[in-house]
Amino acid sequence: MDISFVIEKFILVAIIFGISLLIAMYSTYAERKVAAFLQDRLGPDRAGPFGILQPLADGVKMFMKEEIVPANSSKWLFMVGPGLAMLTACIGTAVIPWGSPVTIGGRIIPLQVTDINVGILYIFGVVSLGVYGVMIGGWASNNKYSLLSAIRAASQNISYEIAMGLSIIALLLVTGTMSLKEITEQQHGWHWNVLYQPVGFILFMVCAFAETNRAPFDLPECETELIGGYHTEYSSMKLGFYLFAEYINMFVSSAVMATLYFGGYNYPGMDTMAVWLGPTWAPLFGTAVFFFKIFAFIFFFMWVRWTIPRFRYDQLMHLGWKMLIPLAIANIIVTGLVIAYIEKF
Amino acid sequence: MGTSVFYVVAALSIFFSLMVIFSKNPVHSVLYLIVTFFTFTVHYVLLNAQFLAVVNFIVYMGAIMVLFLFVLMLLNLNKENEPSKSNLIKVVGIIAGCCLVVTLIGSFKATTLSNPLVLQNPDLGLVKNLGKELFGPFMLPFELSSILLLTAMVGAVLLTKKEKV
Repeated sequence: MDISFVIEKFILVAIIFGISLLIAMYSTYAERKVAAFLQDRLGPDRAGPFGILQPLADGVKMFMKEEIVPANSSKWLFMVGPGLAMLTACIGTAVIPWGSPVTIGGRIIPLQVTDINVGILYIFGVVSLGVYGVMIGGWASNNKYSLLSAIRAASQNISYEIAMGLSIIALLLVTGTMSLKEITEQQHGWHWNVLYQPVGFILFMVCAFAETNRAPFDLPECETELIGGYHTEYSSMKLGFYLFAEYINMFVSSAVMATLYFGGYNYPGMDTMAVWLGPTWAPLFGTAVFFFKIFAFIFFFMWVRWTIPRFRYDQLMHLGWKMLIPLAIANIIVTGLVIAYIEKF
Repeated sequence: MGTSVFYVVAALSIFFSLMVIFSKNPVHSVLYLIVTFFTFTVHYVLLNAQFLAVVNFIVYMGAIMVLFLFVLMLLNLNKENEPSKSNLIKVVGIIAGCCLVVTLIGSFKATTLSNPLVLQNPDLGLVKNLGKELFGPFMLPFELSSILLLTAMVGAVLLTKKEKV
């Protein structure tokens, strides 16, 4: 392991971390602007031109607020909860291929932190770990409402993980690899997986909405009917961490969906562009295209939030267990049969 | 470097397993158990068994322990409502513990250091090789166990269905 490799990876990790935080920060602004647009309002426009400094103002507000730790809570776990939520939201970006390798000064730099051959399963593991932040936070608050909300949130996440896992299995049947890098490269030239796995994509997307606690699955924190959810006792930046983790999760799941189903950094006419732009700028252009896809997904997340009303809890469970899981199993069987048929003839 | 990492991780495994037993609060015990499972995942990675590592991560840390935590949080066990144990139970516990110690000492005395197992293929733990092994020689048991698991899941869904009156 030479030192330049370590430095290269360190810089890459720092850049990805910074970009995730920046995008999450401006997602809060975008969410309010999109909401305003959909509801024919103006949205935040006071801080800076077009309200562009609004996220900074919100951040300062979060830091300045009084921090309250409930008297009978478990102090350590009360702190661990939001930290864990933030950690699990951030580590998912490690296996996502952000672009094809860039050549800078004769040195080929892969735009992916690590290409492990169980990439999809790693993402899945990180997602399944995300529930601990909510559960620990809810329990440590020592408040009945927080506890009940935490358990409600956890059962939602566990239920939709199953359907998510099953929808990934059908995708794996098509790709034959678990490495996200290889999956992206297979989709070169319009072989996007969404064309082969449309049902799988819809299942995955619905589950991604549920896993990120976004509307119409935002029961863990439905402010209007319930008193706030698992983070009722949280204040100041600890609350900010929980809210911020949701936006990072949204960014990461958009990136995963774009990678798995929408070709990642591939775009039409990529080969001619590669010749035209050269080995340094062509991969970076691919990365820009990838980010465009991610932003499209983030916009879709917001669009849905301000369009579809929230599910009732029994409807949520009914959808997860009795509709998505049977559909996912049927999707696996049909995919398997079609692949067997193609291979035979 | 591999060996020193192993010793550090092994020491952590033992430490956190002990914390599982010694912590008074059952929820803390479960949280220590989760950390213990995480150290096991690191062990699997050190053994070049990536698939096993990530499955251990998903199944044990991400699924089973969540359910443990779930039940314990709902029960909300603490010192005040813990039933006081009678002396008889304590005596029985001591006898059972002593029996276990004797059995363990006996079995450790009987064992001899086995020859270290040398894998023909050090990359056996990678997904591709493991998959070939599972769907080759172990096809039938693998398929049967997966059907068993699927049946359990379908059964769980069926249990929640309301019977038509």
